[in-house]
Amino acid sequence: MPDIKDLSPDQKVKFYQKGTFTVGNRLVDADARAVQASMERTNAITSGHRACQGCGEALGARYALDTAMRATGGDMIAANATGCLEVFTTPYPETSWQMPWMHSLFGNAPAVASGMQAAMKAKGRSTRIIAQGGDGGTVDIGFGCLSGMFERNDDVLYICYDNEAYMNTGVQRSGATPGGARTATTMPAGEAYPGNVFGTGKNLPRIAMAHNIPYVATASVAYLQDLEAKVEKAMQVHGARYIHVYVPCPLGWGCASHATINLARLVVETGFFPLFEAEHGRVTQTRPIRQRIPIEEYLKPQRRFAHLFKSEAGREAIAKLQAMCDHNIVEYDLLRADKETIR
Amino acid sequence: MLKQLEGSHAVAEAIALCRPEVICAYPISPQTHIVEHCGELVREGAMGSCEYMNVESEFAALSACIGSSACGARTYTATASQGLLYMAEAVYNASGLGLPIVMTVANRAIGAPINIWNDHTDSMSMRDAGWIQLFAETNQEALDLHIQAFRIAEQLSQPVMVCMDGFILTHAYERVDMPTQEQVDAFLPPYQPQQILDPANPYSIGAMVGPEAFTEVRYLAHEKQLQALDVIPAIAAEFEQIFGRSSGGLIREYRTDDAETIVVTLGSVAGTVKDVVDEMRDAGDRIGVVTIGSFRPFPTAELRAVLKAAKRVVVLEKSLAVGFGGVVANNIHMALHHTDIPVHTVVAGLGGRPITMPSLHKLFAEAQEDKLQDTQFLDLQHDIVNAELARQRALIGSGPTAESILRNIQADTAYGGASAQPAE
Ligand SMILES: Cc1ncc(C[n+]2csc(CCOP(=O)(O)OP(=O)(O)O)c2C)c(N)n1
Ligand code: SF4
Ligand SMILES: [Mg+2]
Repeated sequence: MPDIKDLSPDQKVKFYQKGTFTVGNRLVDADARAVQASMERTNAITSGHRACQGCGEALGARYALDTAMRATGGDMIAANATGCLEVFTTPYPETSWQMPWMHSLFGNAPAVASGMQAAMKAKGRSTRIIAQGGDGGTVDIGFGCLSGMFERNDDVLYICYDNEAYMNTGVQRSGATPGGARTATTMPAGEAYPGNVFGTGKNLPRIAMAHNIPYVATASVAYLQDLEAKVEKAMQVHGARYIHVYVPCPLGWGCASHATINLARLVVETGFFPLFEAEHGRVTQTRPIRQRIPIEEYLKPQRRFAHLFKSEAGREAIAKLQAMCDHNIVEYDLLRADKETIR
Repeated sequence: MLKQLEGSHAVAEAIALCRPEVICAYPISPQTHIVEHCGELVREGAMGSCEYMNVESEFAALSACIGSSACGARTYTATASQGLLYMAEAVYNASGLGLPIVMTVANRAIGAPINIWNDHTDSMSMRDAGWIQLFAETNQEALDLHIQAFRIAEQLSQPVMVCMDGFILTHAYERVDMPTQEQVDAFLPPYQPQQILDPANPYSIGAMVGPEAFTEVRYLAHEKQLQALDVIPAIAAEFEQIFGRSSGGLIREYRTDDAETIVVTLGSVAGTVKDVVDEMRDAGDRIGVVTIGSFRPFPTAELRAVLKAAKRVVVLEKSLAVGFGGVVANNIHMALHHTDIPVHTVVAGLGGRPITMPSLHKLFAEAQEDKLQDTQFLDLQHDIVNAELARQRALIGSGPTAESILRNIQADTAYGGASAQPAE
């Protein structure tokens, strides 16, 4: 197994924001620094990629994969679905990937990863396999392959970066797009059609849990240490694992690029996207809400929801979204008194 | 060692001798016995640490093969018909990435109408997907071709499809000469990948390529296939040295010396054609046959060299390019485009219709008398077609075609009626 340090000798992380806490304070002593500030941290996705400013997916993927690299000593391979992450990281001759990485198709990343872990088993190697994709690649076109990978309990960690639409092709609706949202294929049209339909939803973390796989977690890029802890934990387990990361997309959502972290926090604090962990089909940890926030606070900064504030039908849609938050708050007991599980 | 085996089992045993590291497939008739027996052999320990994966679709099966092959594992899969179409996106992807996967296609028709029997429409639908396509004539050849396929694939870093006729070969019990492990090991060295995903030497595979280089990447894939025109016969020759029998290669000639009519075909029907040719030769007809062993790459020059001496060429093929005619014939036309030798297309054996000796006798006799049209369908029942056409003309909303035809055929046979009646 190679040492992480040997992987990319000339790829030490550069910190541009000296003295801030954005990436941890690198002015303190080495042993007092946060992991983000360690000069030894891995750099799975290096700088220079072509993601938009404020891209939540780039942030989430970097933290998730850096953690997995640390957890495996760099002994891992990734399979990537087609989508923004794939495109913005590999404008050849440049690639951001400081690790063995492969893109095959939009809908097959889980199966490619299954094949990779089979190869490792056959060869008697301990190299770990990660697969990743956007919400489209995961909840829609890759769903069959993902369910198969879960059901066989293949030794793969699958990470979904959920920005709630097909961003790479220009912001079309996916099975993860929330009701009421405007996308290029769910344009609002008057009272009759206030954005995306309210279907029954497709809660992939829950579907993953229904496979009874050893580990499922949700995470949001507002809570990076929580994301890191979950990836770390996932890498300690063998078998099929799933992490669903909430990643705002300034371009697709019509929000400011500096709004990414705030929206990723609001979505949790409203109860719209509960953070939890589950093992073998049972929820084991949830992250309680510190301060309950109405859904409007989350919707307002995003142009994809702007039309909801302008019509009666839109206001009904907002009420439905609030009801979903309320349901989650009860379901996951998010307002309980003990706040122990806050990371 | 001589063994009496079902074709599928012969192939599975040959695969085991090739020491694959990952086998991943999804069942579909008539491929099932191959993958079932592969699974059995893995569980019995005949394939060492080989991983046998059952997945949820053909798309997943070939995708898993892509992942394992990119990790440097010798990888095998098998499919047919709807399964090949279901994995189509991954078929192109595997070759585009240059991964030396070997896949058996147990040739079967494509629906609708759904039909499990043999023809070549499935493989032909993927003829331009960048895979090398080898066609087996017998079970012995199918077995031998799989062993050669890994050599060819790994030497060129390109995937190889071994096509064998569904049921006709896969389910036929025949005597085959099963090589020893020592022979196969001497012929097929361990896989040394051209590219491999390895944490010790990390790189990216599958990046986006724009107009600045796409043509060059694709041209190189084409160039690899052209190289295969040399590699395939060279490997077949080496195979003959080690195993003591001739198998594979680009094309095979049979009694083509001084032939006026040359029949071109591929797959198991070549045996029937040769029997008819023998009988016609005995009767003084100058007729021979050429069997295409490698359809991709297409051996244009080799075929031209043989066919240019003929007065006419009859292409007997189990595939149909709807709205055009023959698929193989189209390629033969290309090989002979600078000559004025007529090329006749005969579409035969679709959906498992037997290609019989009497029908071939009649066909070839007509060929000898220059009575063949450019394109014909062997044993097409014109009365049934005409009756259905008449019915459709007479009735708006005449209903589904296939079901109407079946009903009318049954009415004909049950009541001895001469013509089909419009369904009410
Ligand atoms: C089979 C297939 N269908 C459609 C596409 C076009 N396509 C590429 S990426 C993409 C959307 C990706 O959406 P998502 O998975 O959510 O990732 P994001 O770009 O949002 O991160 C689509 C529709 C494709 N490449 N392949
Ligand atoms: S479109 Fe969205 S997901 Fe894609 S790179 Fe831009 S911000 Fe990131
Ligand atoms: Mg998306």
